[in-house]
Amino acid sequence: MAQIDTWSVSEVTLSSRFLLGTAGYPSPQVLGKAITESGTSIVTVGLKRQLAAAGDNGHVAMVRASMAANGASLLPNTAGCRTAREAIQLAHMARELYGTAWIKLEVVGDEYTLQPDPFELLKAAEQLVREGFVVFPYCTDDLVTCRRLLDVGCPLLMPWGAPIGSGQGLLNPFALRTLRERLPDATLIVDAGIGAPSHAARAMELGFDAVLLNSAVAQSGDPVLMAGAFKQAIEAGRKAWRAGAMAQQDFAVASTPVIGQPFLVGD
Amino acid sequence: MNADSLPILLDGKPHAVRSGTTLEVLVAELGHAAHAVSTAINGDFVPRNQRASTTLLANDAVLLFQPIVGG
Repeated sequence: MAQIDTWSVSEVTLSSRFLLGTAGYPSPQVLGKAITESGTSIVTVGLKRQLAAAGDNGHVAMVRASMAANGASLLPNTAGCRTAREAIQLAHMARELYGTAWIKLEVVGDEYTLQPDPFELLKAAEQLVREGFVVFPYCTDDLVTCRRLLDVGCPLLMPWGAPIGSGQGLLNPFALRTLRERLPDATLIVDAGIGAPSHAARAMELGFDAVLLNSAVAQSGDPVLMAGAFKQAIEAGRKAWRAGAMAQQDFAVASTPVIGQPFLVGD
Repeated sequence: MNADSLPILLDGKPHAVRSGTTLEVLVAELGHAAHAVSTAINGDFVPRNQRASTTLLANDAVLLFQPIVGG
């Protein structure tokens, strides 16, 4: 029997390596079907600062129902925070509202690229870990920043592939490969910038443990179909990493053996 | 505004409450179930179990948060 390929976060064993965001879907029904089709074990959610009179048209209720049906976990985020203080306060609210100590920690330092602020991120992560949170830090692919986040107790890292929502894929494969090589025991998740299933497969082929994405599914022409496409791509990339890709060669190497075969040479 | 009312900021907009109003009462008067929102005053989280003992002061900035979708 094939060995089951699971991974874990904070003693929770997970089978799917696809983390799915829930924003921007055309309807709660499409969102629910996309969650099911993705096979995801972790779904991200957020908090809104001002209450809308009409609520959210049932999207969060659909997320909760889908998660219950699929036995998956919620991962609230601190989107929109610019300082460690803001992010820490929001994390506490998320824990109260969603009943989980898991938090996707986002502290943005630049409005144009939405690049994480490594200094505020580290400060927030250190305090939240001390307060019992399981911190999923959204970070850049800077090796030293990543090391510091692990040092303060983050159980995993979520470096970006490209700016949030850009769909550009893995802009710096060298940096991501370096993270994998230098942090061989760390759980690494590519978060943000994935636009196509091939990008997700590439991340998994580089040895990342999982992929988190949202817009690439929500903004596709058929989010349910695309969720399934990403599921297959992530599974394929993971299998390729486990199998070990062949080494690249500069020159052609014949794949069909010719030794011992007669040459058909005409006169 | 009468002498018994206090000016506060609610989600960034001017709002008036009676003097002595607690955060728990404000949430209820706004029509929200206690478990449906999370609260902060002047940028600091106020846990649900502390709302009843948190009396609003003049010019407090109260924020209410609700679950939404997110990436």
